[in-house]
Amino acid sequence: MTALTMPGRPAHDARLRPVPWRRMAWVTWRQHRAALGGVAAFLGAFAVYLWLTGLQMHHAEAAYCHPAGSIGCAINFTGRYGETAIIVSIALQAVPALIGAFAGAPVLARELETGTFRYAWTQGIGRLRWTVGKLVPLAVAVTAVAGAFTVLFAWYNQPWVAAGYVTPFSARVFDLLGVAFAAWTLAAFAIGVLAGMLIRRAVPAIAASLAAYAGLAFATGLWLREHYITPLVTSSTNLPGSAWITNNWYTKDGKLVSQSAIRNILQGYHPAPATRVGPNTSQTILNPVGYLTKHGYTHWISYQPGSRFWPFQWIEGGWLLALSVLLIAATVWLVRRRAA
Amino acid sequence: MNVNIIETSGLGKRYGSTWALRECMLAVPAGHVAALVGPNGAGKTTLLNLAVGLAEPTAGAVTVLGGLAAGSPAALDGIAFVAQDTPLYKNLPAADMLHLTRNLNRRFDQPYAKARLGELGIPLNRRAGKLSGGQQAQLALTLALARRPRLLVLDEPVAMLDPLARHDFMALVLTAAADDGVSVLLSSHVLAELERVADYLILLSRGRVQVAGEVDDLIASHRVLTGPAAEADRYTERPLVHARRADAQAHLLVRATADDPVPPRWEAHPVGLEELAMAYLREPGAGALPGPARGRATHPTEVTK
Repeated sequence: MTALTMPGRPAHDARLRPVPWRRMAWVTWRQHRAALGGVAAFLGAFAVYLWLTGLQMHHAEAAYCHPAGSIGCAINFTGRYGETAIIVSIALQAVPALIGAFAGAPVLARELETGTFRYAWTQGIGRLRWTVGKLVPLAVAVTAVAGAFTVLFAWYNQPWVAAGYVTPFSARVFDLLGVAFAAWTLAAFAIGVLAGMLIRRAVPAIAASLAAYAGLAFATGLWLREHYITPLVTSSTNLPGSAWITNNWYTKDGKLVSQSAIRNILQGYHPAPATRVGPNTSQTILNPVGYLTKHGYTHWISYQPGSRFWPFQWIEGGWLLALSVLLIAATVWLVRRRAA
Repeated sequence: MNVNIIETSGLGKRYGSTWALRECMLAVPAGHVAALVGPNGAGKTTLLNLAVGLAEPTAGAVTVLGGLAAGSPAALDGIAFVAQDTPLYKNLPAADMLHLTRNLNRRFDQPYAKARLGELGIPLNRRAGKLSGGQQAQLALTLALARRPRLLVLDEPVAMLDPLARHDFMALVLTAAADDGVSVLLSSHVLAELERVADYLILLSRGRVQVAGEVDDLIASHRVLTGPAAEADRYTERPLVHARRADAQAHLLVRATADDPVPPRWEAHPVGLEELAMAYLREPGAGALPGPARGRATHPTEVTK
């Protein structure tokens, strides 16, 4: 050891050149390649499956669904693949949550859990660069992979759109299409790393980020999304199938009629016994809307037209991106101020 | 290079309602192997965490490497820290730990690190988690030294090691200190080999600095007086640190130099470092006397404490 000479130590200099980003990129890759590989393998397997079933679906739709409403289409396309498509779209809802939890939460939690942060945060690169150099490339990587996956899913979903079974706003597919899927994956990752930083242990952080993500996704689908743009209001009964009906109510003489009042009125509405219902009369007999309209009530519907699909995608993508940036910034701030 | 490698003024750190460290005044000149000694919970790790920038002070200030703020980029660049239990990425092979450390620093002496690991017989392709405790400690130390730091900070580096590994580890530290002029600050509750290792002693007790000074100065300013136990209480000439009675004889550790007069029927002996440290540890209240430290002029309050 004595034979090895020492390189000259630089005089300490306030304008110290920081460690280059590309070196941190190597560190991030080396430490997280297994997690990224896991994400790629998981989505890759899913993609192969989507591609194989998607090809069959495309063929079936092309062969039997022109016109779309035919019996052949119902038997050979919707009947045959409908259930699969529903299961696939539900399973895909969980993918961002899983990526966020398993690729995001351990990034910092494991360092804090095993004590290696004492090594990492005392290296010359400094905590700030270390954290940013880890979180940003990982966030970009998972977002990009999710974005690529969306392209495949849009192709997979296309026969259902063509056959008129899936509307763009369908809660089952809206956040798997467009920019939403990538944005949700990014948000899940950001939630995961923040949970890891706050909880400091990998397994509880994984559980917490799954729960937080599920809460956010459900709240968005149930309450938030319909308010992105003020809905259109119509009293027409002739809405296009792509419209997303968000609310409906009745008025009489320009005044809103409460739900309980409507219920009271409908008490006096007794549809004729089923035996008398014929194909031509069912509309008038079994239709409370028609009954109410006849009695001077106007039925109003608020809805989001299908043409708003892309504005909605950008709004959802936009606020999720803003949220993710905020969460990652909060994580970086926490790393900077965390005392050992 | 006559700078203070670590300097604190009124430094305090509180966790919740407990002060882990308070009113810490230190000025350790460069070029020493400084030992931070004290019982568990005395604040050793807290002080080291503050010095390497892992923790932020609640009160006061800490600077390193001659006035750099602890945790600043320049300070991080010049200090290598090996934390307690030598945390390494257990799933990474030794070679990748080397690469990692090289990529996380502006300087890294790869040939040195490789040569060191070769000498130690640590296989480069073995995962860090599969190495023995001694090898993990050596790997962590090698990574730290290959950064060519000006200050090496070690938190309980040998606590988990067997005697042989402990000896090898300290030998490497001392070589770095002697050959490359690296200043060392290490904490330990193992007093046994302090004498061989340290030439500067900082004694912490209950979050406060009890003793700080160069070992030679401390030895020169303390004497053990041995005499009749009956007369022990009457000795007031010099400040008493600790009195130990064995049957008819009493052993008094006092702050006195070789020139100080010895009472009749008493004998004076020089004190060993371990004995001195032990005496202070037994008397946590015994005069929080900051020992002579260079750079004291910047902190005149320190001597009057």
